[in-house]
Amino acid sequence: MSAVSGLRRRSRSAVVGAVLAVVVVVLLLVSLGLGQFRLSPVQVLQALAGDGLGHVVVVQWRLPRALAAVVLGFGLAVAGALFQTVTRNPLASPDVVGLAHGAFTGVLVALAAGAGSWVVLTASAVAGGLAVAVAVWLLASGGVVGGLRLVVVGVGVAALLASVNTWLLLQVELDVAMSASAWGAGSLNGVTAVQTAPAAALTTVLVVGALALSRSLRQIDLGDDVAAATGVRVPAVRTAALLLGVLLVCVATAVVGPVAFVALVAPHVARRLARTPHQPLLLSGAAGALLLLVSDVVAQHALPVPLPAGVVTVSLGGAYLVHLVAREVRRR
Amino acid sequence: MPARSLEAAAPSSSGADRGRRRRAPLLVVLLAGLAALLLAVVLSLAVGAKPLVPAVVLDALAGRGTAEADYVMGLRLPRTAAAVLAGAALAVAGALVQGLTRNPLADPGLLGVNAGAAFAVALGVALLGLSDPWSVLWLALGGACVLSAAVVVVGGVGSASGGSGGGRGGDPLRLVLAGVALGAALSGVTTGLVLSDPDAFDRMRSWNAGSVLGRGWDVLAPAVPFVLAGLVVAAACGRGLDALALGDDLARSQGVRTGRLRLAVVAAVTLLAGAATAVAGPLVFVGLVAPRLARWLVGPHQGRLLVVCLLLGPVLVLLADVLGRVLLPPAEVPVGVVVGVVGAPLLIAVARRSTR
Repeated sequence: MSAVSGLRRRSRSAVVGAVLAVVVVVLLLVSLGLGQFRLSPVQVLQALAGDGLGHVVVVQWRLPRALAAVVLGFGLAVAGALFQTVTRNPLASPDVVGLAHGAFTGVLVALAAGAGSWVVLTASAVAGGLAVAVAVWLLASGGVVGGLRLVVVGVGVAALLASVNTWLLLQVELDVAMSASAWGAGSLNGVTAVQTAPAAALTTVLVVGALALSRSLRQIDLGDDVAAATGVRVPAVRTAALLLGVLLVCVATAVVGPVAFVALVAPHVARRLARTPHQPLLLSGAAGALLLLVSDVVAQHALPVPLPAGVVTVSLGGAYLVHLVAREVRRR
Repeated sequence: MPARSLEAAAPSSSGADRGRRRRAPLLVVLLAGLAALLLAVVLSLAVGAKPLVPAVVLDALAGRGTAEADYVMGLRLPRTAAAVLAGAALAVAGALVQGLTRNPLADPGLLGVNAGAAFAVALGVALLGLSDPWSVLWLALGGACVLSAAVVVVGGVGSASGGSGGGRGGDPLRLVLAGVALGAALSGVTTGLVLSDPDAFDRMRSWNAGSVLGRGWDVLAPAVPFVLAGLVVAAACGRGLDALALGDDLARSQGVRTGRLRLAVVAAVTLLAGAATAVAGPLVFVGLVAPRLARWLVGPHQGRLLVVCLLLGPVLVLLADVLGRVLLPPAEVPVGVVVGVVGAPLLIAVARRSTR
């Protein structure tokens, strides 16, 4: 009985994964054709293979941004799944250790100090996020790795930084505050191959690392004692998973800013689509990639005023989760 | 069928801090809390740009003050009352939400109260140009109530309220997810709205900070009945929440109607947090810190928690407000900012002692 339902669940996961992958690829092709210089998906394919103006527009201008959305959305979602699994808290995301708040504080401080260049802002964001992660880790020391203490300490630190951010926003000039808020929402504007290539490489390595842990994580899901009895080194696996999650978020933050919501929502969407008992890593990644790609397309092409993709991500992801939850309630 | 039961229950914190240390008797905690509240009220009336000695404060309260003291008290009394009202309401709302969801991460904002209030206020400011405290009060209150109702509908709290026939009367995780998702979707729209309108952005960034500055009696009075109603419902829910802490099935076997209970708790949280947010802006962090502190002091029993929260919340907000007046003179730091700065170390200290 359980074997049958397990098999059915696995084949459902495979179908959901395949559908998500196809949708992502199709949307990628469509999005590469959108903009001032409009191309059909077939023309996009020709441009990808061929040369001339179409090749320049599609491969050099649009592809880095679209690929960044796919890869970083994937990475963020995997990070969220890792955090939710390790902390056993469905509301946990890398935000729980204050990464996004710390990154935003870093940028606000840099902006208040008069910095304006992309490199400085990125560096201060990543430095802020990492500093906060280290602080939370130290403050929560002595407890279970990834236990309740880490979560509560992280919430406290995040709230502290949120207060500081609110205050900093009130101190700076209105235009500085607005551009900081736009950055803080997360945006793919101005992303080029220079950022996408290293970010994609790093994300791939980190995701492979996460997949290597997935079997042990599933054992831990059954309980620490069960996992330990089957030879899993529980604290080491937990630490590694949290570290991978933090690094994945740092890579994404460096390129697009704190697009926090993907990490929280994508694992829930994936889990509800596939009806798996745990947060599925790869499916979460696929859902995250789709969410960030759709959001960026909508933010670029469908809105009357240009808005950061992060704003759309929150609305779209939130609305879709509302739909899934409501459907679940109706079905019972 | 098995897929239904796969929703992992949110981790319970009730066991984590139970019986780990000897607690002071409830009476001692209550007396200490009352003394702290009185002290905080006096401080709030005395401290500020024009400091008054406590004797002058007492004279002015008794109607024997100088004209100058009367003027200062006329500004500080409603402000103090606003801090007490918001603090008490948020702390109790937080205790209710943590009991309802069995999740120590829960704060009143989880049910979307904040996001609803912020959206309504942003709409009013951006489209209708309403920004006086009285309009903002009703906008925020209305937004909070509408979004909470939506969360209840989406989260399916009202369904299977009899608790029979396999329905679980609203899974707490599903309720929380509905709140988070609806709140997020709406806050994205709010951000978009505000980012495309500099004037609205400017007003919203100060509303977002949370403040009790300049809240006159006319703004305070309409909020009081909502808070009182919320407190009455909260008091009635205490016993049911204690049973719910043991799990839905055990609660039902004790005769608790879980669906109806959840509905009542959500209503109370909406009234309390909605009114507090309407008065002082989003100070939800109070609703996370105060219940954790109270739980650490008196344990997980809901009745005690609520009473202690009623004292701790106002103390926290009052002290934060007083601190905000003296931190960076002559400017004032908004109370919402100081609450985060003061509350976070408290929360971290308690977490280090009571959780693993």
